[in-house]
Amino acid sequence: MRVRFGILVFPGSNCDRDALWAVREVLGQEGEFLWHQERIPPDRFDALILPGGFSYGDYLRAGALARCSPAVELVAEYAERGRLVLGTCNGFQILTEAGLLPGALHRNDSLRFHCGWTHLRVENPATPFTSLCREGQVLRIPVAHGEGNYFADPDTLAELERRGQVVLRYATAAGEVTPAANPNGSVGNIAAILNQRGNVLGMMPHPERAVEGLLGSADGRLIFESMIRFLTA
Amino acid sequence: MAERWEAVGLKEQEYREIVRQLGREPNETELRMYGVLWSEHCAYKHSRTLLRTLPTTGPRVLQGPGEGAGVIDLGDGLALAFKVESHNHPSYVEPFQGAATGVGGILRDIFTMGARPIALLNSLRFGPIDASDAGVGGAGSAGGGAGSGAGVGAGAGGEAGSPEDPARQRYLLAQVVAGIGHYGNCVGVPTVGGEVYFEESYRGNCLVNVLCAGVVPVGGIRRGVAQGEGNLILVVGARTGRDGIGGASFASEELGNESEERRPAVQVGDPFLGKLLLEACLELCALDAVVGIQDCGAAGLTSAVCEMAAKGGVGVELDVLRVPRREEGMAPWEVMISESQERVVLCVEPEKLELVQRICRKWGVECAVIGRVTGDGLIRVKEGDRVVAEVPAASIAGGAPAYTPPAREPESIARLRAFDWSRLPEPEDYNAVLLRLLGSPNLCSREWIWRQYDHQVQVGTVVGPGGDAAVVRVPGTQKGVALTIDGNGRYVYLNPRRGAAIAVAEAARNVVCTGAEPVAITNNLNFGNPEKPEVYWQFREAVEGLAEACRALGTPVTGGNVSFYNESRGEAIYPTPTVGMVGILPDLSQRLTMGFKRPGDVVVLLGNLDRVTFGGSEYAKVIHGVVAGDAPELDLDLERRLQKVVLAAAREGLLTAAHDVAEGGIAVALAEMALAAEPGARGVQVSLFLRAEPEPDPLAGLEAGGPGSGGPGAPAAQGAGAGGGSVGGQAAGVRSGAAGNQAVDARGGTAGTQAGGGPAGAGAGSDPGAEAPLRVDLTLFGEGQSRILVTCPREKVVDLWALCVQENLPHRLIGDVTGDGRLTIAALAPGRFPGIYRRQVVVDVAVDDLERAWKEALPRWMAS
Repeated sequence: MRVRFGILVFPGSNCDRDALWAVREVLGQEGEFLWHQERIPPDRFDALILPGGFSYGDYLRAGALARCSPAVELVAEYAERGRLVLGTCNGFQILTEAGLLPGALHRNDSLRFHCGWTHLRVENPATPFTSLCREGQVLRIPVAHGEGNYFADPDTLAELERRGQVVLRYATAAGEVTPAANPNGSVGNIAAILNQRGNVLGMMPHPERAVEGLLGSADGRLIFESMIRFLTA
Repeated sequence: MAERWEAVGLKEQEYREIVRQLGREPNETELRMYGVLWSEHCAYKHSRTLLRTLPTTGPRVLQGPGEGAGVIDLGDGLALAFKVESHNHPSYVEPFQGAATGVGGILRDIFTMGARPIALLNSLRFGPIDASDAGVGGAGSAGGGAGSGAGVGAGAGGEAGSPEDPARQRYLLAQVVAGIGHYGNCVGVPTVGGEVYFEESYRGNCLVNVLCAGVVPVGGIRRGVAQGEGNLILVVGARTGRDGIGGASFASEELGNESEERRPAVQVGDPFLGKLLLEACLELCALDAVVGIQDCGAAGLTSAVCEMAAKGGVGVELDVLRVPRREEGMAPWEVMISESQERVVLCVEPEKLELVQRICRKWGVECAVIGRVTGDGLIRVKEGDRVVAEVPAASIAGGAPAYTPPAREPESIARLRAFDWSRLPEPEDYNAVLLRLLGSPNLCSREWIWRQYDHQVQVGTVVGPGGDAAVVRVPGTQKGVALTIDGNGRYVYLNPRRGAAIAVAEAARNVVCTGAEPVAITNNLNFGNPEKPEVYWQFREAVEGLAEACRALGTPVTGGNVSFYNESRGEAIYPTPTVGMVGILPDLSQRLTMGFKRPGDVVVLLGNLDRVTFGGSEYAKVIHGVVAGDAPELDLDLERRLQKVVLAAAREGLLTAAHDVAEGGIAVALAEMALAAEPGARGVQVSLFLRAEPEPDPLAGLEAGGPGSGGPGAPAAQGAGAGGGSVGGQAAGVRSGAAGNQAVDARGGTAGTQAGGGPAGAGAGSDPGAEAPLRVDLTLFGEGQSRILVTCPREKVVDLWALCVQENLPHRLIGDVTGDGRLTIAALAPGRFPGIYRRQVVVDVAVDDLERAWKEALPRWMAS
């Protein structure tokens, strides 16, 4: 059985084609675009991907306008029904703006856009998105964003940590979580968080950019393959 | 009172020409339209006669100059559209928006060809950003003295940079980089490469050249043409406002104190709308819904509509009231020449209108029918029922005069060439010199810049920023496109013809160093005021140099841009032709990168082994504060053979790394290879024959097969071609090289058999440079052309030699990759007996130290 991925396309999404490439051409699954104004039956896809980009030009605030799109209701509906939802980069920003994930993403502490490889330590392998990883495993996946500085208030943060909702942290190649390994100033070096139910993951790094050795790393496959395994098990 | 023509930036004789072509005086609207379309920026009045001499055809060229972009055939039914364009003046006045809209404009040029943009590159020039460099001459300890006679730091001249000037230049750099990122990142086109130089001459006039490449099915290429009487003319995208009024004219004058007042001539970009317009246009093109499509760039609707009509041999009637506005009360001429961004003009068959409207609605971009195609060849602009302008399309879009002004060689050239290099003192500590060079503005790491660009979006960046050239996957294939943009303005300043040819040769070499075959170029010719004889001379010489190099290397020009009037306070910039080169890599698995791959590989220098000079070098400028001499010699036939051998070796899988030896000379090139090395291969040791400054040779240079190839650089290969015995001898040399430091005799022997009249000539006295003293600094940091460093597994070196012999290409094994984390360079000086050399280590430094100097420089300045 092949997993059916729906890739949401907002005006200004620009990693939509990359995500489609990753799931369809590289991982051999089914995938199609879903224009943000389309209404679809709730069982059409097994998983939704909110790709990176600059939805609505990131005007006002990254993700702030996209969350008013009809598509976000659909995402909520999918999440409610227990399907998988993966938001990467701008997709993560939209998920926090829409209240589907806690916290917010501020401007990078450098105040500059930052593109480059990061190392990510897997903090929680017991999720549908990381089940093929080992705890403490280090994944090499790139980031590219101007507003990826994750923030949550101390209570929320404690809650996230306690429940294992912090899934990935920026780390060194050896897996040490250090300030120097943090590309954007995220609190606790947080790179990815999960919702409480465990079926919505937001991450700033771009796993779809790391699915081929030709481009420098295939570690991002582990995220997609974990999803596929969960959905086909 | 100003004359009518002055108000629109035209000359009296041009105005008279308009009257002659119209048979009457133009009215106000017509004159404004002529003013922008007959500006230098749009009409190429001072350049088009010479530009016609450039080679523009070739087996792979599908579209040469004249459209939004050139197009080459990639094979398998795919084509690549690519072009470079400048946004210099706007970027100086308003760097963020100036650079951002530069990106937006070149993107539109590409997607209006029907091509999806896959890569952006940029070429930037600013004044010095480090305080110590603000006034050349004070830079090196010997600078003031050594430089005083030689037109040091020419260009900006006079006023040595004020203390606040480097801060201003840093501001320009930071804002330009942010602006480029702002647009490119948002639209989702990776910025995969580029270059930046800092020179005094750009202090009052920075350069921002942006290159874009896009992929299109061969059958899907679109043109900017209006055809078919009764077809509709639409404007799609942003509403038209008063922004960017007269931008094309602004680009056609020198920058002055009042340039700040031209801020309103700078447009404001909206990358989000640009992205929507891109997607809408590509969907329209793919559906075959358009007859013609053109970007609304410089001169706005006037240029798009008039050029489309002229190309189609038709007329267009349009009503300015139907153009969606963002402001009230705009006069017809304002609507016609506004340069509001994110607009394109379409020519559409009436029955396709509904389809076009539907697609535009989906993407949320506005579209409006503003006119229709007529058969009378006239551009008729109406405001409601009133005709406000009526001019022949062929006149306004093709009737501007072409000028060939007087040309005169600048007097400074002879003075600069006569500089006596023996006045430069040899430094004592070469480690320190190398560290200082690597930490200097033109050689230090550019990571601070390219980190701010999304260089990975579209999942095709196989080799990103920081290499000789970028390599991007052709979507859906295993092929790659190599892209680079190059241009050393200092070389062109010293010798415009040769310097321009060098820009082509270096760009081609950079492409070859990725394993790709150079195919075609686009160029951006940035010069001063062409009405000055010295500037026009530079321009003419440079165009001739470009043409010669493009012919010799088989890389035609498919398009480009000319930017004149790059002057401030009456001083021109260095003449700066930037060359954007594309190459094709048939199989991405054959790509090459510059970093050392594994210890034990041998390091080989190919091509021009020995002809290096201080002329125009980074070493002379950074360490001694001297900009003088002549640009390095260029032998285009040697260059061609060099590139052929490296490509053949890449195809045969003989090479593990390749790197062009460019600014900073061989020591810097070796350092760069070590800095890019794989873990475990981060070290190198080489031995180099000491060199002397060659005698100035007035004939050396361009002519293929001319004195250059018969000169001292070439004989080495003849020696190498002596047969199997010789090759075996070299292989022996290779093995003894492995023994390391005691290999002096073996290496000397290798060089002897290999060289004939080459390096041994220095000892034998047949080298014209033998008169000048051998110098360590020249050997390490002297700059030369046609030099590529490669690494090769030891067991394959014989195969590499065979290729070199076949092509009669000079080659020399100079050392090997180590894992010891050090860069070690020994100098080989002639001993008492011919063929015997004394070996002395002159550079021995930890790669980690090099990295620190190289990496920390730019962030340090930018934080200051």
